[in-house]
This record gives sequence, structure tokens and C-alpha cells, in this order.
Amino acid sequence: MLDPSIRDQLIGIVGKQNFNDSNEAKLVYSYDATPNFQSLPDAVIMPENKNQIQSILKICSEAGVPIVPRGSGTNLSAGTCPTEGGIVLTFNRMNKILEIDEDNLTVTVQPGVITLDLIKAVEAKGLFYPPDPSSMKISTIGGNINECSGGLRGLKYGVTKDYVLGLEIVLSNGDVLRTGGKLAKDVAGYDLNNLFVGSEGTLGVVTEAILKLIPIPETKKTLLALFQDMDAAAKTVSAIIANKIIPATLEFLDQPTCKVVEDFARVGLPTDVNAVLLIEQDGPPEVVERDIKVISAICREGKAVSVKIAQSLEEAEALSTARRSALSALARLKPTTILEDATVPRSKISEMVRAINEIALKYDLRICTFGHAGDGNLHPTCLTDARDTEEMHRVELAFEEIFEKAISLGGTITGEHGVGEMKSPYLAWKIGEEGVAAMKAIKYALDPKGIMNPGKIFAKDTRKRVVL
Amino acid sequence: MNQKIKNEIQQGFKERLDYDELMNCMRCGFCLPSCPTYGQTDQYEAASPRGRIALMKGVVDGIIEPDESVEKQLNLCLGCRACEPVCPSGVKYGHLLEEARDIIQQKKKHTWPVRVLRRVVFDELFPHKKRMKRVHYFLSFYQKSGVQKAVQKSQVLKVLPGNLAQMEKILPNVPSRKEMKDRPASLPAEGTAVRKVAFFTGCLMDTMFNQTNNATIQLLQKAGCEILIPQQQGCCGALHAHGGEKNTAKRLAKQNIEAFEALEVDDIILNAGGCGAILVEYDHLLKDDPEWKERAAVFSRKVKDFSEILVEQNFIDKELSLSNQVITYQDSCHLRNVMKTSGAPRRLIHAIEGITFREMEQADQCCGSAGIYNITEQEMSMQILDYKMSKVKATHAHTIVTANPGCLLQMKLGIQREGMEDSVRAVHLADLLLEAVNNEGNL
Ligand SMILES: Cc1cc2nc3c(=O)[nH]c(=O)nc-3n(C[C@H](O)[C@H](O)[C@H](O)COP(=O)(O)OP(=O)(O)OC[C@H]3O[C@@H](n4cnc5c(N)ncnc54)[C@H](O)[C@@H]3O)c2cc1C
Ligand code: SF4
Ligand code: SF4
Repeated sequence: MLDPSIRDQLIGIVGKQNFNDSNEAKLVYSYDATPNFQSLPDAVIMPENKNQIQSILKICSEAGVPIVPRGSGTNLSAGTCPTEGGIVLTFNRMNKILEIDEDNLTVTVQPGVITLDLIKAVEAKGLFYPPDPSSMKISTIGGNINECSGGLRGLKYGVTKDYVLGLEIVLSNGDVLRTGGKLAKDVAGYDLNNLFVGSEGTLGVVTEAILKLIPIPETKKTLLALFQDMDAAAKTVSAIIANKIIPATLEFLDQPTCKVVEDFARVGLPTDVNAVLLIEQDGPPEVVERDIKVISAICREGKAVSVKIAQSLEEAEALSTARRSALSALARLKPTTILEDATVPRSKISEMVRAINEIALKYDLRICTFGHAGDGNLHPTCLTDARDTEEMHRVELAFEEIFEKAISLGGTITGEHGVGEMKSPYLAWKIGEEGVAAMKAIKYALDPKGIMNPGKIFAKDTRKRVVL
Repeated sequence: MNQKIKNEIQQGFKERLDYDELMNCMRCGFCLPSCPTYGQTDQYEAASPRGRIALMKGVVDGIIEPDESVEKQLNLCLGCRACEPVCPSGVKYGHLLEEARDIIQQKKKHTWPVRVLRRVVFDELFPHKKRMKRVHYFLSFYQKSGVQKAVQKSQVLKVLPGNLAQMEKILPNVPSRKEMKDRPASLPAEGTAVRKVAFFTGCLMDTMFNQTNNATIQLLQKAGCEILIPQQQGCCGALHAHGGEKNTAKRLAKQNIEAFEALEVDDIILNAGGCGAILVEYDHLLKDDPEWKERAAVFSRKVKDFSEILVEQNFIDKELSLSNQVITYQDSCHLRNVMKTSGAPRRLIHAIEGITFREMEQADQCCGSAGIYNITEQEMSMQILDYKMSKVKATHAHTIVTANPGCLLQMKLGIQREGMEDSVRAVHLADLLLEAVNNEGNL
């Protein structure tokens, strides 16, 4: 429960209509897209500008009230689940594109802008913002920055952090910090931009961002390579990259994933093969033609049973859009879908796919796999039922083994979905106790009262590591 | 709402809401951009499909009570079902909503004026064709006798709440008793019959929009269809099912299934998406009734919008033309999202010579009519309508085409609110096509 005097002060800042602590509001801001996490906040607040956020943070800092910044709540690590109560802070009223600077190739936005709206707005001017998480039609830029989201174009173009040039951040004590700028180079001190990217709302509130744009590629071409042998598909991924070709997109989908996606989207995805690679190349027409030819040949050498090239831009677009629905489409099959985000060096992708299949067998679980194979980033997704506690226990053990395997291959527990609350018990597995101590020191320096998204990233206890 | 009622509603939710379906929502948020109420509330999560499903689940799980705020949010939902085709997980939101509303209606004690109004509309009027007609005779008299003019002039209408006064003006000219004579049980095709179909007349469509039904029948005849019109058919029950009167809806469904079962036809044709959506879901409505389940499924499979049949019968190869004008098409939500018809109407309009078809942005989003929503949730309805009209205006259309009576009235209301009566008209697709096929330019 919020102290009545604090409640009054907060209402004083944003006005009655932008502060909501009704039953209904508390419930609908109690979750994100992470299964099995739900916890009610004490209130939801919808500020209009930086100044209001400064005042809100000052009050909450003094009173020790937790602040949970929230974009569209699509994260998959319980990053916006208010597990310690407090105030959910939304950016639905801070969703403007402030400037598209065609001279400097930058765009300046408020955090609540929807990713796809931004992409469309800059494309209308012949410019390109590559980070395109599958959730882009609803995710916000604030969320993308704070998770350092990747997307289908990550292989060639990188992830969100590669496009953040400058940020405006309100710190927990109400101070405003500006990092970076419209600059191609900047080494004035520590790189604070990169500190805040992927900080999951635990260091401060992003109130404005300057993002880098690039010219839009002239054209693109998409192909589907079909495999009966999953291992052959995974090896082909490494082979393409080893051949010094970097496609814009290189996605992997196994058969069950293809089936559900086709069920939903009806775009002609094959459902009778064990694995499919969705590959896209963009750039000048000659380069695209040449690369697609070489990629096709590599796929065939790698035992692809067939290689199909999309005949039009519309068909290509439909295939990528269908791929973006994979996770939600898998939810058709079972009540609960738990997905992981383990990432390994690209050369290790086939080893990882094999390990996932073995682990699924060992724990008698149904795990489907799809993901950004070209980035070494797979999404093994377990189809289960949260009501079945015995199976849920096996799911947990299986994922622990998957994490362990990824780390032993030189990988990480999360490539793009963040640690949040869900993976916090495993953080030390990847970065060690020293890593956790260094991160905690940073957290304490910037948020000494610990009001910013508490309970996220750092766990009370690290899981005991399984010994394989 | 007192505690006892809240407990009863909660119990009802626990017993009757499909928990697997609630869990099927994995909360990805992919449906949010398609939801008009989410858009119009500055992206308030509670006014979104994901939020509403979470509210229902929250009540079942006992995390919250079903208080006024929950009920209000479920009422604010248009029931347009735009959230369904975009949901990769295939959540059947419409069924969840319908069940939840039915439970709330049954447990709730309405104030007496609401009780009376609901009785009149749901029990006394819509299920009875004769009574519907009588109301229309009265309306017809009202419009034709000069009383309407007098009333409008007298400013009496100013006392009507909100947009009711505006609505009174947009009612179409209702046919007189003579014009609304009973339809014959069958009508021949023009030329040789190549197909035999049954026609579902609907209640509003056969009274207030009688002319559109006439037009549809003529189009079907021209397309080579022999048409059977069973006399025992009645109201489709959509208003009842969506308004929390499921039992009456089931009774009406059975009546219609019986009326059409006797005929040997593969197609049951109609021209109102709002009615069609419930007809294609009679199998769901009667899913717990072993005697009717299969019969309902057979019925539902046969239901089609007239535009689909026209396309199948190559109506687009006929000579169709109209004077030079820009035409835009507003989808009927239930036609698009539930009956899955969105291409056929556009193909038909495209086939008309002499016109320019200009797609409006977000034509697939609800216009705010939504059954009786524009009366029960006036404020939101008008907000959505004004937004819709801004999209219409951007096309510079002279003609807005729709395929459902509710949408048609709402578009007329929109035209009036914008003061565009002199330059823009709204017509039903069937009336437009008849105009195009009869156009002198074809001769
Ligand atoms: C179906 C599906 C597909 C997905 N596909 C991808 C994918 O391809 N790639 C990928 O990387 N991710 C993916 N995600 C995960 C998720 O969509 C991304 O992490 C996305 O960036 C979250 O955006 P959001 O606006 O929903 O943020 P939220 O979920 O609301 O928030 C995410 C984090 O950012 C913080 N935050 C938000 N705004 C601010 C702010 N202004 N200041 C400070 N902190 C803030 C929150 O506290 C939280 O920690 C997917 C999710 C789903 C459901
Ligand atoms: S798209 Fe479907 S699964 Fe996703 S939030 Fe909406 S209803 Fe739930
Ligand atoms: S039915 Fe329409 S208004 Fe209701 S939640 Fe779905 S999209 Fe929104």
C-alpha cells in the first residue's frame, strides 16, 4: 500500500487522470510476456515529460518506493513484473518522434515510440533503422534500449546498442544525465551510453534517445532452404559465415515451429521437413544476386533437400512476418511456453542444437527450437503446463543444463532477452562472483536507495551450478 | 455491486470460463495495435485484449474481485474481434468475452429502466418479426406523414441524450407497410438457374433495410441463383449473444437451424456481417447441446456473405459501371474477423468501370457502431467514429461502401457529424452493385 501522503504528492505531479491505483489497473500492469510471473504494483503512473519523472523519482527515492519503468511489457525475463510492488511508470504519453536529422543521419525519440512506427517513419525518408525484434509492432524504443534487443537483421547490422548515440536519463535521485550525442566519435570519459543500454530499468529512466540511422539498402532477396537433417541445417549456418558472407538474416526453424507458424500465417512454409533456414540478403542488386547464388549453392552442398527463392518482395515480407510470430504461435500447442535465449559462438551452433535435443529427451520434455541462428542465438522453447508442478521441475532442470552447455561452449545465458528476475539466479554462472560484485557496485553508485526496478538482474541467491 | 453479487460473478467465471483458453494467451501483445479501444485510451493496457483476458483470468484466479471497473472495461470492448485474426496463438477472445458478459448480466440486478429496455429489445421485439414490422410501420408513418419534419423543426429532439438526436436523422427512409409485403418462398434465377441458394433475411435487413435485401436478391438472381426464403426463419440472435442473453440466442439459433434444414441447399446467403458472424458460430453457441451440436455445425458451414457467392458466380465479368467517383470500403468487423470475408467485396468494387477505388488507412478497424455500442458507450463510440472519419476524409471519397447495416448507419452518422452530407454518401455494397449493373452506361 502506498502511503496516502505520497499518493497525494504523485497525483499532484501528474494529475488525477494519469495516476491509477484501481483494482483493474493494478492487475493489468502486474505481468509481462514472461510465463508464471505475476505481482501487483501499488499504482500506475503515466507522466508526460522529463520534469514530471524527475519529481516522481525524487519523492520515491526519499520514501523508498520501487519504480518499475514499463514500455509495452513484452519482455521475456519478468523485467517489468513488479515483484516488489511499487509504482509502474509508463511512457504511453511520451511517444513522439522528435526529429529525423537527415544531415547527421540520426533520429531523436521519446522512449514510448513503437519500434515499427519509428522504422516506418525513417524509411519514408529513405533511411534505415535495422534493429527489428520480432515484437517490433508493439515493443517500445525504451524497452529495446533497456534490453539491448536484437532482431532478424542482427547478423549483418548488429543490435540496439550499435545504434544508440545518445541518451537522456533521469537518475533515481531526480538528476538528469545526458550521455553521448549526434556524434560519430566520442571518447570523453567512460562510455555511459553502453552502460545504460541493456540495464533493464535498474539504473535510471530513459527519457530521450538519439539513434543512428543508415541509408536504406537498395534491394533484398529472401530464400528458404529445407533440410531433413537438423544437424545439416545447423552446420550450413556455420558454413555460410565461414564462407565470408554475412546475410542480413539467417533464421532457423524446426518442424514443429514451421507447422504452427504455417497454421497461423498460411504463407506456404514447408511442414514436411525437419528444419528450415530463412535467409535474406540485402544491398545493391548485383551483390544480392551474387550472394544469394553462393548461399543457395552452400545450402545444397550442405544437404538441403530444396532451396526456394521468394518471387516477390511481398512474399519475402510475408515470410519474415510469419517468422516473427513463431513464439506466440507455439503457444497454440500447450498452455505454457517457456522460452530461453542461450547464445553461443556461431561456429558452435550445431553442437548446441544437438545438445538441446538430447536434453529434451533426457528430461522427457517437448522442446521446439527456432531463432537467430546466424547470431548463434537460439530460442529453445519448452511446451508445458504451469499447472503440472512435476513437469515444471523437469523444465527447470533442463534449462539449467542448457545454460551450462551454452556457457561451456563459450556462450551466455541470454543473448537478447535480458536477465530480469527470471534468469537472475544464473547471472553468476556467466559473469562470476567478481562480475556480479562489479555490477552491484555500479548499481549502488547510481541508485543507492535501490528503488530502480528492484529484484531484477541481481538475485538474492545464485542457483547452485549443476555439474555435468 | 454488493459483495454477494461479486461472489456470484466470480463463481460463475470459475465455472464457465474456459481456463485453457485463458492460458492460451501468452501475453505477447501482438493484438494490441489492432485494438481500437487500446488506441483511443492512449494505450491503456486494461482497454486492450491482453488486458481484458488478464482481467478475466485475474477474477478466476481470485487475484481481483469482479468489481465495477472490471465490468466497465468489458463493456468498453467493442466485441469487434480484430484481436483474433492477428493472434498467433489463436486465442478465441470473442468466446471468452461473450461468456463473461453473459455471467455478469445474469447475476447483476439492473436498475428498472435498464431492465425494461432490455426486456423490450431482447424479448419482446427482436425475436418477433411481426412486432419488428409494426415498429417500422410506425417509423414509416413518422417519416412520411410529415410528423418527422415537424418534430425536427420543433427542436423537441434536443432533449434526447447525446447522439440519439443525430441518429434520428440518419435513419433510412423506412418502407411503408405496402412495400414491406411478405416475400415469396422462392424466386427464380434470371435466365437458367445454375445454383440453388437459401436467403437469410435478418430482421433489421428485412425491415429498415428492406431495399438492400431486395437489391441483394436481384443480384443473386442475375448471378444465376434460384433463391429459397424459408418463412419460419427469425432473428439471428447476435444482439442477444453479445448482450449477455445467451439462452434467448440459443432458442433463436434452433429456430433458424430448423427453418433451413428442410431445404436442400449448400449455401445460406446473407448480406449483414453482424448476423453472419453469429450464424457461422451456431456450432459454438450450441456446443454443449448434444442434440443440436452437429446440426448446428452443418448449418454454420453453409453460411456465406453474398459477396462471396457473387465472386464465385463470376459476377465481376458482368458489365458494371458508375459515374466517375472515388469509392472507399469500410470493412464490417464481423464480416472480416469472424466470417473471414474481406477480399470479395473489394474485388467486386474494383470490377466497376468508371470509378476510382481508394483504400483508406485502417479500413479493417471498427467504426464504433458495434451492435448497440454506439448507444451504450456513446463517448467512446463517437471518439472512434471521429477517428474513422479522419481516415475517410484522407481518401477524398465520394462514396463509402459497407456491408453491414450497423456500419452503414454509423458511417451516415459520421458523414453528418462532419457536415459532409452534400458531398459524401454511404451505401451498402448490394445497393452499389445493383446501381452499377443497372447503370445506363452499360447499355
Ligand atoms: C513474441 C515475442 C517476440 C520477441 N522477439 C524478440 C526478438 O526478436 N529480439 C529481442 O531482442 N527481443 C524479443 N522479444 C522481447 C521483447 O519484446 C523485447 O525485449 C522488447 O525490447 C521489449 O520492449 P517493451 O517495450 O515491451 O519493453 P518492456 O517489456 O516494457 O520493458 C523491458 C525492460 O525495459 C525497461 N524499460 C522500458 N522502458 C524504459 C525506459 N524508458 N527507461 C528505463 N527502463 C525502461 C523495463 O523496466 C524492462 O526492464 C520478444 C518478445 C515477444 C513476446
Ligand atoms: S496476440 Fe494473442 S497471445 Fe498475444 S497477447 Fe494478444 S491474445 Fe494474448
Ligand atoms: S474485440 Fe475489439 S475492442 Fe474488444 S479487445 Fe478485441 S480488438 Fe479490442
